[in-house]
This record gives sequence, C-alpha cells and structure tokens, in this order.
Amino acid sequence: MEEFLTDTLKTQEYFLNMGPQHPATHGVLRLLLKLDGEIIQNVDMDLGYIHRSIEKMCERDTYKQIVHLTDRLDYLSSHMNNEAVCLLVEKALNIEIPDRIKVIRTLVDELTRISSHVLWWGVMGMDIGALTTFMYGFREREMINDIFEETCGARLTMNYNVIGGVRYDLHENFVKRVKDFIVHFKKKLPEYDTLLSNNVIFRKRLEGIGYISKEDAVAYGLNGPAARASGVSCDIRKIHPYSAYDRAEFDEIIFTEGDSYARYKVRIKEMWESLRILEQLIDKIPEGEHRVKTKAVIKLPEGDYLQRVEAARGDFGVYVKSTGQKFPYRLKLRSPGFANLTALNKMTKGLKIADLVAILSTIDIVVPDIDR
Amino acid sequence: MRITGKYFFVNLFTRKDVITEQYPNNIDTLEMFDRFRGEITLYHNENNEHKCDACTLCVSACPNGSLEVFGDKEPDPETGKLIRYLVKHIYHLEMCTMCGLCIEACPQDALEWGQDFHHVQYDRSKLTKVLNKPGSKIMSKEKKKK
Amino acid sequence: MILNIFTDIHNLLLEHMSGQAAHITELVLIAIAYLGIFAILGLFLVWLERRVAGFFQLRLGPNRVGPFGLFQTIADALKLVSKELTGTVKADKFLYGTAPYFVIVTALMAMALIPFSQEIQAFDINIGVFFLTSVSSVGVIGIFLAGWASNNKYSLIGGMRTGIQMISYELSVGMAIVTMVVLAGTLQISEIIEMQKDGWFIFKGHIPAIIAFMIFMIAGTAESNRTPFDLVEAESELGAGFHTEYSGMRFAYYFLAEFVNMFIISSVAVVLFFGGWLSPFGITDGIPFAGLFWFTVKVIGVIFLFMWFRWTFPRFRIDQLLTLEWKYLLPINLVNIVLMALMVWLGLTL
Repeated sequence: MEEFLTDTLKTQEYFLNMGPQHPATHGVLRLLLKLDGEIIQNVDMDLGYIHRSIEKMCERDTYKQIVHLTDRLDYLSSHMNNEAVCLLVEKALNIEIPDRIKVIRTLVDELTRISSHVLWWGVMGMDIGALTTFMYGFREREMINDIFEETCGARLTMNYNVIGGVRYDLHENFVKRVKDFIVHFKKKLPEYDTLLSNNVIFRKRLEGIGYISKEDAVAYGLNGPAARASGVSCDIRKIHPYSAYDRAEFDEIIFTEGDSYARYKVRIKEMWESLRILEQLIDKIPEGEHRVKTKAVIKLPEGDYLQRVEAARGDFGVYVKSTGQKFPYRLKLRSPGFANLTALNKMTKGLKIADLVAILSTIDIVVPDIDR
Repeated sequence: MRITGKYFFVNLFTRKDVITEQYPNNIDTLEMFDRFRGEITLYHNENNEHKCDACTLCVSACPNGSLEVFGDKEPDPETGKLIRYLVKHIYHLEMCTMCGLCIEACPQDALEWGQDFHHVQYDRSKLTKVLNKPGSKIMSKEKKKK
Repeated sequence: MILNIFTDIHNLLLEHMSGQAAHITELVLIAIAYLGIFAILGLFLVWLERRVAGFFQLRLGPNRVGPFGLFQTIADALKLVSKELTGTVKADKFLYGTAPYFVIVTALMAMALIPFSQEIQAFDINIGVFFLTSVSSVGVIGIFLAGWASNNKYSLIGGMRTGIQMISYELSVGMAIVTMVVLAGTLQISEIIEMQKDGWFIFKGHIPAIIAFMIFMIAGTAESNRTPFDLVEAESELGAGFHTEYSGMRFAYYFLAEFVNMFIISSVAVVLFFGGWLSPFGITDGIPFAGLFWFTVKVIGVIFLFMWFRWTFPRFRIDQLLTLEWKYLLPINLVNIVLMALMVWLGLTL
C-alpha cells in the first residue's frame, strides 16, 4: 500500500533556503534544506558569512593585543575566551598567579555563564513561540550587565583579563551586588521552570526530537551541554581544572536521553550549579594584588601551547605555535559551536521544519564563534 | 499562566516591575558608572594643560592604529636643549575597539576614559577627533610630580 | 431624539423619497457605519494588543504618540498606506489582488450579525448563528489564495498549513455552538439573548456549557490564527507565512482582518455563553443603549483572555495541532453534545 501511494502520488523533493537573514538562525547562517513536503531529508550548511579573519589578525598582534580580539568571538562568553589566552601565556612564561586573581576570574566566569544561559533560555522561548520569555530573560541579564559595567567597564565585550591578572580591582559594590543577584535569581529560576519546562506544549515540542546517541556524540566531537545531555562527560572544569575551580564544589550534569529536552534540562541545571559556585566563592575572596607585573614586551619561548576552557557553549581551545618572537607564528581557535553544528544533519533527518528550529536553539550556537 | 498574569496585573496599576527606561526623555539624569568605557580623552586640568609629551608609546600599543601623534621639537627655555612637545593627537573613533591598551601603555597617565557614548554622526569625518584642546600646553614638571 | 434615532432617520428618509429608494439609502448608510466600526475596531484592538503585551512583558507599550499611545495605530496605518504595493513577478495577478478582499468581506458580513445592544443589530436572520459559521468558512479561501498566488515556497507552506488548521477547527467551533443551540432551542441571535434573561447560559447549562466554553476558546484561538496556533505568522520559522509577499495596504487588510476575526469570535462567545448585552442580575434592563456598555465590557474581557493565551504559551507544531483537533477535541465535543441533549431532555438545567 505504501509503495502504491508513493508511486502514484509522485511527490517531488524541493530545496528550501533558510537564508542568511532569518529570525530563527542565531546569526548569519545559511541552511539549505532538502524537503519532501515538510519532512527534512538533508541539511546543508553554508558558513562563512561573518568570517573576520581573527586568526590572521592575531598573527600580526603582540600577545597583549590578542586578548581584545578573542572577546568578539563568542561574545556571550567573552570573559572565558579572554581567560583562555591569558592562561596560555601565563602558563608558558611560568608566571605565578596569586589566589585573588583566580577567584575573581572564576566569579566573573560564572556570572558570564549564567548570563549566556539566561539569554539562551529567552531566545529558546522565542523560537518555540512563547514571546514573553525573551523579556524576562533580559531582565536578569540587565542585573548582571550592571555588575559587569561597574567592575569591568563594559557590558558585553569586557576585556577585563590581561596577561598577569585582571585590569582593575573589584569595585567595592561588587560583593553586595552579586549577593543581591543570587537572592533575586534564586526566586526567578523556579519561575522559569513553571513558564516553560513544565508546560505541556513545550515538552511535546522537544521530547524525542533530535536524538543523538552517545557513540555518535563522541564521533562528531560534540562538546558542552549538548554532549552532556547524551551521556558524554566532557566538562573541562572537572577534567583539567583551571583558576579556582578546584576549590569550589559543583556537580557535572549528565543526562542520558540525548534528545532536545535533555539538552534543555542540562542548561537549566547548569545555572543552578553556577549559582552554587558563586555562593561558595563570594565570601571567601582572598586578599592580594589584582595584577602581576609582566615584561613590557612578551615573547613566548619556542614550542606549541594549548589551553582549553569551558565556555558557555562548550570546549573552547586556543593553540599557539610560537617561534620565539613577539607575535605568534600561528594561532588556532577551536570553537565549540563548529562541531556541534556539524551534528545537525544527523539530528534532523526525518523531522519537520519546526523541529529544526527547536533543535537549532537547543544546540545553542553563536555564529560569529563558528566562522571566526 | 499564573506568572504572566501576575506581572500584568501588578504592572497595570503600579508599574513596579517595568524595566524599560524612557530613553530620550532622561538624557540629563542618566549616569554611567565610573569605569565605563566611552571614548578616549586626553586629561586636561582647569588651566587647559595636558600631560602628553608625544612619546608615541600609545600609538605602538594600539592594535589597529586608531591613534596618531604628531610632535615637534623646540628648545627648552631653561636648559636650551631640544625637547619634544605635542602638536596634534588624533583619535580615530571609528576604528577604536575600546580595549584600553593605550591608556595602560602611557607612562605619563595622559589618556583616560571618557563617559560620553553619543557617538552617532551622519558624517564620517566627524568621528576623527583631535584630542588636545586648542591652546593647551603641557603641564610643567612640578605640577606633574604632584 | 437619541432614543428613537433609527425610526427618526427612517421617517426622515421616507419623507423625501419613495419606499424603495429609502430602503436602499438606509442600506448604504448602515454599510458605511459598519465600515467605520470595522476601521475603528481594528485600530483600537491593535493598540490594546500592544499595550497589554507590553505589560505582560515587563515593559510599557507605545505611550508616546497621542495620549497613552492611542494614535500609534494611525501612525502605523499611515506607514502601511504609503508603502509600495509590490508583488512577485510570476504571481497570478488576479488571484493575488482579490485574495485580501475575501477576508475583509467575510469579516464585515459576520459583523453585521453582532448584537451590540438591544436596538443595534443590523441583520437578525432566523438562522443567525449558522450564518456566522458559514461566512467564516468562506474566509479560508482568502488565505489559500494568498498562499498560492504569491508564487513563493514559504507562502505556499504557510497557506497550506493555515488552510488545514482553519478547516479542522471550524468543526470544533461549529460543534461547540451546536451544544449551546441545543440548550437554547433556536438559532436566532436575538432570541438566544432573550432566553438568557433569567440566567446566562454558562450558568444554566453547567457542566456541558463549561466544557463547551473551553473547547470554544481553544478552537477560537485556532480560528483566528493566534498563538498557540499561529504557525501562519510563525515569524521565527518561515518569514511571515502566507502574507510574506504582501506589503502596504494589502498587508494591512490581513492584519486588520485578523483582529476583527478575534473580535467576532469573542462576541459569539459572549452572545452564546455570557448573555450578550444583558446586564448581570438585570440591573439596567430598562435603560436603552445600556446594553452597549455591558456588551463592550464582556467582549473586552474575552479578548483579554485571548491575549493572555498569546503571550504565555509556546507554539504547537502542525501535526500536534491536528492531533489535538481530530483525536481529542472532536470526540470530547461529540460526547458533550450528547450530554447537553440529555440534560435538556431530562430538565436538569438550572
């Protein structure tokens, strides 16, 4: 009966172009969908619309100047990107970083992570259709942005890390503001759950969609919350701890279902864990200086260096090959979104266009991160 | 549904949770934080004197060449040797990424952050600013030591 | 003079021209009045939607243009009117041009039946409620045509989805209406309201009426293409659905027609469940034109409920939407009708 129907009906596959300008793709991303009715057969990606040759620009900048360029890669976790470069240079030159700097870096890290996840949640709601969540998410981000502006001087591309520490010392209002924020956010996170997570419509849109098994996740190189939802344990904060993560207690969140709802739950739980880290560290900031003096011109000794950092989206890596000069010979940035996006084809075979949008927002890509 | 309803009824009568600001109306009372990075300015005190002596360390610290410094030499009235002084300190606002490396690199602490953020112009040439005000001279060494 | 305004105008016209010409003039005047109501309703509802949305989302809506931003929609309308009427090259020009008019004309025809008050009802035909549903079925053609004639894949997908959605949910709307008609015993709108003078239908027919109301609300939001059923305008998915290729005044037609459709569905709900223009407990029954006030209050209440749904819930996927209709709402509806019939037969209504 099935073959009879498909033979006589003669449906034709057609191409649909979700072009660079589209409200649902988070940035300029071009997707070529091969559709049969509404079922997706194949997804082709066309990247490179926002390539700014950051890696090439880094080859003519000194190490101090590279830091401000990495801000603009994945702008939602800009502090963590800066931290990767700074940690790499500090480790290569064997500079000893005092504890105060480590704790400050971790605190601002976790605030950035919460800010990025809150924005993800708001946009996720907007993609699925509940338009109010966008506004609620931004209310929390405004509080965090104010904290950043007071201490670091800018809201998004903060440029607060420098090689040898942080640029300014913490503002006197920092501790009080962060404590107010923790109290406020603890009341609001359960609201997020009631609004979206327990909503029947939302769950039906996400459960069972975009399944990827553990073996496939490892094969495609998935990382970050998307892989943790499939059971792969890949949190760099646990595997290679850096800064102050070895003195704060937090859990690595792993689910085994591997579908979109699991990815959603992983990020919500990560927000709770970040709050836990903040609570533990905020009272115990050690005294000390906020900046270590380095030489004016920094030259790394010859060799290869790698530093990995757990950005909000996954495993961000910086690899530097140096020939002893003050510019790096080659700098490679490993973006977490790139590997996550390549798994999109596998996840969406046989689903509908609406599911594609839902999956794209659970993977949580930021396109400037992908085409650096 | 409960949550959106709660926000609606509270806001209808009290506007308590409303987080938007009526921007063009409150320009006068808007205050930025101290460390806000608006634009680069040259510090001038009340007598219109600045601290820059045209050493061009900021120009080499800038990653993308947004600063240009022109200096000249003139004989010093006391010792008679030729010393440098600043003629023009040009700042290309359209290329600046607000990284702050120039401010850190200046040995005389001449540059500092400004708080202005209304940089919108219709004409691109207006974004190239000359940082030292006309008729300003460098502070003498005693005032700088203070 | 005000109290008998309609008979006065009627006599005035009869003095100056013959019966036939007076009749035709009256028809023209009523048509112009309803066009005016349509326009003002459209403007007011768009403003209301934006303000209410603002308050839900912790922000103020438009509040600069005019007092409380009331003239915002006029500014929007001016902008839309001054836009160029583009169209795709290979679009079927005749269908592309006439598609918006289908929705407008059906909306106006449905508006003629709405009883704004005891005296103000333009067209009191004895098959009142049935006429309303059939006219709204014709409106689907406008959407199909728009999706097809734009010669654009996105519009086609959007048009197909909307067509399926509206046809399926008309079934539910129709059957919820039939439930209440079983209770009322008549299809004529003025008589339905007369019968509610001793108790609104939602209290009279308690359990089946409340179930019918809930089904009506769900199906009503699907009929007027609002969230959670707004795949049509799923801006985060497909551009703008079937009206992607429309710009300027034609887009304004669809835009206004959606809001007026919402108004019509709300007023049907008010007529069938909440007593039309009757005042609660018969407070102001003797005063003429007081029904207008009560009617407006009730309709705005139901519209507010629609808006609350829109800004809270996420969107359905197309197959989940159809599953909801055919597998859940339809059986519940059928059982409900039987239940209501049983109640009326056994005399169990309040």
